[in-house]
Amino acid sequence: MTVADLKKGESGIITDSSSDEIPLKLLEMGCLPGNEVELIQTAPFNDPLYLNINGSHVAIRHRIAALIQIEKADE
Amino acid sequence: MSKQINVALIGNPNTGKTSVFNALTGLKQKVSNYPGTTVDKKEGVCKLPRGLKAHIIDLPGTYSLNASSLDENVVVELLLNKTDKNYPDVAVIVTDVENLKRNLLLFTQIKDLRIPTVLVINMADLMKRRGISLNIPLLEEKLNTRIALISTRQNLGIDSLKEIINNYKSISTDPCLDTSRIDPEYFDNLKQAFPNQDLYKLWLVISQDANFGRMSRKTLDIEKFKTKSISELKRLQQKETIKRYQFINSVLKVGQTIDTTKATGLRARLDRILTHKVWGYVIFFVILLTIFQAIYDWATVPMDFIDGAFASLSHWLKTVLPAGIATNLLAEGIVPGLGGILIFIPQIAFLFLFISVLEESGYMSRVVFLMDRVMRRFGLSGKSVVPLISGTACAIPAVMATRNIENWKERLITILVVPFTTCSARLPVYLIIIALVIPEGRFLGLSYQALSLMFLYILGFGSAVFSAFLLDKVLKIQRKSYFVIEMPNYKIPLFRNVLITVVEKTKAFVFGAGKIILAISIILFVLASTGIGRQFNNADYIVRMEVAGENLSEEEIETRIASHKLEHSLIGVAGKAIEPVIQPLGYDWKIGIAIICSFAAREVFVGTLATIYSVGQDDEDTIKNRMKKEINPVSGVPLFNFASGISLLLFYAFAMQCMSTLAIVKKETNSWLWPMAQLVFMTALAYLVALIVYQFLK
Repeated sequence: MTVADLKKGESGIITDSSSDEIPLKLLEMGCLPGNEVELIQTAPFNDPLYLNINGSHVAIRHRIAALIQIEKADE
Repeated sequence: MSKQINVALIGNPNTGKTSVFNALTGLKQKVSNYPGTTVDKKEGVCKLPRGLKAHIIDLPGTYSLNASSLDENVVVELLLNKTDKNYPDVAVIVTDVENLKRNLLLFTQIKDLRIPTVLVINMADLMKRRGISLNIPLLEEKLNTRIALISTRQNLGIDSLKEIINNYKSISTDPCLDTSRIDPEYFDNLKQAFPNQDLYKLWLVISQDANFGRMSRKTLDIEKFKTKSISELKRLQQKETIKRYQFINSVLKVGQTIDTTKATGLRARLDRILTHKVWGYVIFFVILLTIFQAIYDWATVPMDFIDGAFASLSHWLKTVLPAGIATNLLAEGIVPGLGGILIFIPQIAFLFLFISVLEESGYMSRVVFLMDRVMRRFGLSGKSVVPLISGTACAIPAVMATRNIENWKERLITILVVPFTTCSARLPVYLIIIALVIPEGRFLGLSYQALSLMFLYILGFGSAVFSAFLLDKVLKIQRKSYFVIEMPNYKIPLFRNVLITVVEKTKAFVFGAGKIILAISIILFVLASTGIGRQFNNADYIVRMEVAGENLSEEEIETRIASHKLEHSLIGVAGKAIEPVIQPLGYDWKIGIAIICSFAAREVFVGTLATIYSVGQDDEDTIKNRMKKEINPVSGVPLFNFASGISLLLFYAFAMQCMSTLAIVKKETNSWLWPMAQLVFMTALAYLVALIVYQFLK
C-alpha cells in the first residue's frame, strides 16, 4: 500500500521512496525507508495530504503520496 | 577600522533565523539584492565582545544544499565560492529544538564544507513543555562543534552565541560524514581527476544538475567529467541523505530525550479546526473580511488627521513665506503631492501588519494547504495563494514570493496574474473615489464603503484567478507537478519581528513612491503654471471681460481666472489632447493627466489630482472636498459621480500601471515578452471594461 491509501489518523512505516518523481526535498525532510508516516488531515477531494513524516509536518499532493510505499504500522 | 569577520546565518525556513538576525543586529540592517537576482540580501553588523565586529548576512532559508529554487541557490553559490567577499569566516546554523533531527541535515552538509560551523538551537523555551531534554556537552562532542541554546522569544542565550562567534577559530572544521562512502568507486575517479579539490565540494557542484541546475562552473572545469545520469545522481543523493540521517540518529539517540507524554495537543487541536474541510474555509474568509474592515474603518481616523494637517501646512506656508514662485511650488506642488501619498501610511502599515502576522504565526501554510486543490484547477498552485495575498500589499514582493513554487508553469502564471490583485498603491485611488461616489450607510454592521472595497478586492482576486485559468489553457508548457510545503508549528508572532517588517515595508513604500511623486509633482507644477499663447498670458483680462455682466464676487472671479489659466497651461493642453480618448469613459482632461502620470505608479493619481486642483486655489480645503466640487464641463453634473466613479475604479482595478512591477517581472522571467504582454493585455482590458460600465451606468 501507499501513503495515499492511509485514512485520516492512520500511520505506516515507509518501505520504499526511491521513485525518481519524489522530490529530494521530501527525502531530506525524512521521507526515507524505516521512518513512520501519519496522515493528519486531508483537504477536500483527498488532495493535498497533510502528513507527519518522522516528526516533519508537510503537505504533499496525492499523486506523489501514491508513490511512497508503506507498510501499515501495528496498532 | 577594527577587524571585521563575516558571519553567515543559515537555516531551514521556520526556525526563527530572522529572529536571531534581528536579535544580533537590532535595527542596524541593510536590505539589498544579490547581484543579478531579486533575492533579498539582508546584512547587519553586530558588535562582539573585545571590539571585534561581525558582519552578519542572513541567507535565504533552505532545507539543504541541494538547491531547488533561486533563493536556495544563492546559499549554495556563496558557500562554494571562497573568493566571494561575503564568504563566511564562520557559519551559524539556526535550528529549532522541535525539529532538530531534520535541521541537523543542513548542519552536517555545511560542516562538510569545512567552514567553522556553530550550531544554534532556537526556541529553547519550548523544551520543557514539549518534554525535550538535551545533553549539550555530549552533542557538542559528537557534532564536533560549539552549541548555543537560545530563545529569541525570551531573549536568552544571545550573549553566549556572541561569545562563541568571537571564538570561532577554536571550532573544528572536520567533516561529519565521509561523502565518498556513498559510492567509493565514483569518488575515487573524481579524486584522481581533480586531486587538488575538496571531494564534497566537487560532489555538490556535480549533483546540483539533478536539482536546480544553475551552478556556475567558473572555478571548476567539470564538464568533461560527467559519468552519471540524472537518475543515478538522484539515487546517490538519496543514499547520501540516508547516510546523513544515520549519523544524525546516532548522535540524537544519546544526546536527546523526548518524553512523548508531555507533547501537547495544541497544534493538533488548532489544525483540526483551521484545516477543516468546511470550517477552515469559513475561518479564512472571516479573517480576510476582518482585514478589509480594519483597513477601511480603523485607518480613517489617522488618515483624516494627515489629510487635514497637510491642508493646513500648505495654508500656513503661504502665510509665513514671502509670496513668489518658490513658495507656490512648495505650497501648491510639493506639499499636496506628498500629502497625497503620506495619507496612506496607516492603511499600508495595517496591511503589512496583518500579512506579517499571518506569515509569522504559521497560518499561511494552512491556507496554502486548503487552497492547493482549488488553485490547481486554475493552473495555479496552493503556493500561489501567498503571492496573491501579499499582492494585496504590493505586487513586487509578491512576484518575488513566487520563487518557492516548484513548477515553472504554475510560477509563470502566478507572476502574470499577480498584478490583478489589489495592491496598496491602488488603495489611495479606491479610497478617495469610494468616499466620493459610494453613499454612507451600513449593511449588517458593515459600511457600504467597506463592502465596496471588499468587492474590489474580490474582483482583483477573481480576475487574477480567471486569467490564470485562461493562461493555463493557452500556455503550452509541460508541467511536472510536485509540491512540498512544510506545515510549521503555530507560534505567537514576535512583536519585534512584526514591527521590523511593518516599518521596513512601509518605509520602502513611502520612499519608493515618495521619490516618484515628488518629481512628478514638481514637473506638474511647472507645467501647470506655465503656458504659451494669449489665452494663458492674458487670462486675467479675458476672464474679466467674459464675466463682466455676471456680477460675481472678486473671489469667484479669481477662481475662474485660475481655472482658465490651468486649462490653457502646458499640462492643460496635453490633457485636452487626450480628452477624446477618455471622454467615453466619463473622465475630463484633468483625470486624463492623472491617469497618464500614474502610469509610473498608481498612487500618483491622487497626488497628481491634489497638485492640479490646488494650483491657484484655496488651500485650506482637503483633496476630497476639492474633487467633490469638480463639475463635468460637458454634462454639468459633478465630475466624480456614480457612473464615472465606478468606471475609474474598474479602470484602476484592471490597468497595469506600475513600472516597478514590469521591471521585476522582466527580471524574474528573464524576458521582456511577459511584462509587455501584461501591459498590453491589462490596459486594453481596463479601457474596455471602464468604457462599457460608464456607457451603461450613465
